[in-house]
Amino acid sequence: MKYIKTLGLILFITGFAIFNFSFFWASYTLTPEIAKEKITDSRKAELFLQLATDLINQRTASNFTFVSQLNKIFENANESQVTKFAITAHELDQLAANNDKKFSLASADFVFKGTDEVALFKAKAFKDYGSWLEGQSFSSQDELKKQLQNVADNIKNYGIVNQFGFDRYQIKDLKYSLAKASSLSPVKDNPVLFIFLTIGLCIIGALLYILPKLQLPPGIKNNGIFFNVMKNVQWLGILTGTWLIAFYIILYFYPEYITNGVTLVDPVSMWLKNQEAGRFFLYGFLYTLCILVMGVRMMINYRHSKYQLLRTASVMFFQTAFAFLIPEILIRLNKPYFDFKNIWPLDYGFFFDSRISHLVDSGTLGIFMLGWGIALIIVAVPVLVYFFGKRWYCSWVCGCGGLAETLGDPYRQLSDKTVKAWKVERWMVHGVLVFSVVMTAGVIYTYWTKSSWFLFFDSYKLREVYGAFIGIGFAGVVGTGFYPLMGNRVWCRFGCPLAAYLGLVQRFKSRFRITTNGGQCISCGNCSTYCEMGIDVRWYAQRGQNIVRSSCVGCGVCSSVCPRGVLNLEVKGEEGRFGKPILIGNNGVTLAE
Amino acid sequence: MKKIVIIGNGISGITAARHIRKRSNHHILVISSETNHFFARTALMYIYMGHMKYEHTKPYEDGFWKTNKIDLLKDHVEQVDTDSKSVHLKSGDKINYDMLIIASGSTSNKFGWPGQDLKGVQGLYSYRDLQTMEIYSTETKRAVIVGGGLIGIEMAEMFLSRNIEVTLLVREKEFWNNVLPLQEAELISKHIRSHHVDLKLETELKEIIGDGNGRAKGIVTDKEENIECQFVGLTVGVSPNIQFLKGSKIETKRGILVNEFLETNIVDVYALGDCVERKYELPGRSNIEQVWYTGRMMGEVLAQTVCGRKTKYEPGPWFNSAKFFDVEYQTYGIVSPALKENEEEFYWEHASGVKAMHFVWDKTSKQFIGINTFGIRLRHECFDKWLREKKSIDFVITHLAEANFDPEFFTRHEFEIIEQFKMKIGNRQIVIGILPTKK
Repeated sequence: MKYIKTLGLILFITGFAIFNFSFFWASYTLTPEIAKEKITDSRKAELFLQLATDLINQRTASNFTFVSQLNKIFENANESQVTKFAITAHELDQLAANNDKKFSLASADFVFKGTDEVALFKAKAFKDYGSWLEGQSFSSQDELKKQLQNVADNIKNYGIVNQFGFDRYQIKDLKYSLAKASSLSPVKDNPVLFIFLTIGLCIIGALLYILPKLQLPPGIKNNGIFFNVMKNVQWLGILTGTWLIAFYIILYFYPEYITNGVTLVDPVSMWLKNQEAGRFFLYGFLYTLCILVMGVRMMINYRHSKYQLLRTASVMFFQTAFAFLIPEILIRLNKPYFDFKNIWPLDYGFFFDSRISHLVDSGTLGIFMLGWGIALIIVAVPVLVYFFGKRWYCSWVCGCGGLAETLGDPYRQLSDKTVKAWKVERWMVHGVLVFSVVMTAGVIYTYWTKSSWFLFFDSYKLREVYGAFIGIGFAGVVGTGFYPLMGNRVWCRFGCPLAAYLGLVQRFKSRFRITTNGGQCISCGNCSTYCEMGIDVRWYAQRGQNIVRSSCVGCGVCSSVCPRGVLNLEVKGEEGRFGKPILIGNNGVTLAE
Repeated sequence: MKKIVIIGNGISGITAARHIRKRSNHHILVISSETNHFFARTALMYIYMGHMKYEHTKPYEDGFWKTNKIDLLKDHVEQVDTDSKSVHLKSGDKINYDMLIIASGSTSNKFGWPGQDLKGVQGLYSYRDLQTMEIYSTETKRAVIVGGGLIGIEMAEMFLSRNIEVTLLVREKEFWNNVLPLQEAELISKHIRSHHVDLKLETELKEIIGDGNGRAKGIVTDKEENIECQFVGLTVGVSPNIQFLKGSKIETKRGILVNEFLETNIVDVYALGDCVERKYELPGRSNIEQVWYTGRMMGEVLAQTVCGRKTKYEPGPWFNSAKFFDVEYQTYGIVSPALKENEEEFYWEHASGVKAMHFVWDKTSKQFIGINTFGIRLRHECFDKWLREKKSIDFVITHLAEANFDPEFFTRHEFEIIEQFKMKIGNRQIVIGILPTKK
């Protein structure tokens, strides 16, 4: 048993090391063909190639050098286009001179004469960007010049770069796609072999490490958790958290450095949907594997509890089928990508105009998806929470919950149980809920009115802020990266707006509660310690009070770890749900206070 | 406003303090030399096994005491002077009280074995015990545990969690047979062996052998068997911790003697919890009850008396619970180790050997007397009610499904139990119509 475990650990570490190393194990050779393929605008491709002579057909040994050279090329390209198309100081002077008191846009036609591209662009851009100047009067020539300069700057920074150069979004995409296409590496030559050497070894190693636990008798075996360097915020835990945080940041913000990892899963993606993998395919694939492998661990650890077995099987199924396979198969069938179990506001982009338009344009299936998504929000959430508690989603269906309950299970004891943490939690999670509602209201307003200004904000700006801070920063980087530092439900507890919504229903209108068993509690604290949501379960159990808390995800672990059979997740009539504490003990002593 | 001094910050003393605070404005001071704050003694084993840290065993945050104006003092009471209404502390201080509440708990029993004071020989009751156990564990390859009770089996589980081999000496025919009927005692004995404990039944300790440096290195049993070990756990019960009352006027026997109001012989001096011995009998119950729940209940009761609403300690039907490795145990009412003359029984055991139920009732009146349950959780509220209402065994068997407290999706056994009950006990006039219902 010990040897198998050690072997498993060695295999896992080997696979993990190769996986990490493979990111750097490539050289890069950019060919004109690649550039033309990836830069779809042929004029921009041309411009790029003119400036990229140093890079084209040259072998670059590291992705850092390659990416920095790409950066330089894009910078130069933008600079040269700006030089070519920017309105000159002389032209500004002319414009100013042509207008005395009231400004007339028509004056542009006098200044930007000619039928060449540059002049036509300047005239059009000036009229677009400076339309508000029409008919305005200025106190002085200097004042006018100042405003004209502003218009010219805006054209420089936005108009020219968009039309003739490369804006920041395009640069980000191109760096990634050029790097991926240009890389030459053993991974690219033998992706199947490398899948085995990385992900394959990790899975085999993990299973060899996990399976011998079957030899232990079934039952709670939390031995040594608080002596463990991985599970008690010690060096290995901190290292793991750091790796996860770094992985997320690179995945979201610097994908050009992990193209080899994406290349690795190309065969899987080709097999599934007949398309090359994107970085989020890599992410989804790893995410699903983590849930499956660690789900096996969870099932072995809690195999004495049918509740835990079924629940774990459920999250494994929903992740594999609903979050991973079905959306990819939809793409293969040329249908819109859709995760049928993802619900707004967790799925904060559900009402984004681009997505709604895409669904509406996709015919019956698209309309059905739109209706399904809305039905989940307004029907499924309240109805199912009423009958089963929010656990139907959070610990049986949800992908974030699925990862937390499997990969995150070893860290559940790290959640903060203090009253202070509870207070912070309530403010934060409901704050995010409000934020998501306001953001979405803006999005919908913009969809109907085509105006981006809603109440007091720009809806495009706000959704970008939400996406960066909540969608990526909180749900992704903090959500998973903080597992080994603050427990496995940091996102669910402090950040998830859907959990807040489900929680409000659970708190005020549901049949679900955790009941305590008379006077049997011995205040040992196992329940509170292993509550991933940081609920001080013992506080209720030791006074014989039902636990009705909006944050409870119904994982059932408090009930599993209780040595005295005190806690039980129950659904029954609402009557007495908020009952006063009942401690069974002395005759004639009532504790209700 | 009176000054109430409480000796001991365990479940009894703290429950009293909390409930006095809820009901009054008295000045409350809790003195303990064990730890700075109240912690759950029941969780000592989990600290050792790494399931929890000491911090997790504290039921209330450290700020709770200040918020609730309960003063805490870490010191040891060496003497109580009821004439001058004061307690004398190890630090040399003297503290006056208007009312004194003694909740000083227990100490582990030692029965005068040779070598019982060697290093590496101890019981497990206090936080200090845990610390010394930790210290002596590092060099321990085998531990011998003397005594087949609840603390003994906890200690066995603790050592096994650190891969220390365990020999468990049990005086009775089967494990805890002085409390459990033979069927259940056998079931648990089997379960203990399945965890690779070297369980020696009907075996007692004769002496502990030292290594010459003051540390235990082995034991000899009453069967003259020598067992090499580096640690000897003495878990042969606990006795009231009343040493410090010697020379005081407070009346004691095995424990501090109290009446039904938990009053001692001295006015304004009360006692509760493990350290008391009731002067009056309660049917089917020992006069010294060293259980978490009784300590808690006494605390609730005493707080009422202290705050002017004189209340008797009259606990409802007996209940208790424990966990033997992976098998949970609960009991409601009284199931004696040996069936009494007026009693009839029904024992059901699941094929897995880790689930069982034992029902006891009165032969003639059919009144339900008690139940032991293993591996199946039962609802305290139901059994408390049924025992108070003196329900018949037929009623209990018929309504068993209502009392099930197992988590959702767990396999239910009521049908099997009822069928077997009908077969073994006969149908009599019962109509067993209500089968396990799905919730």
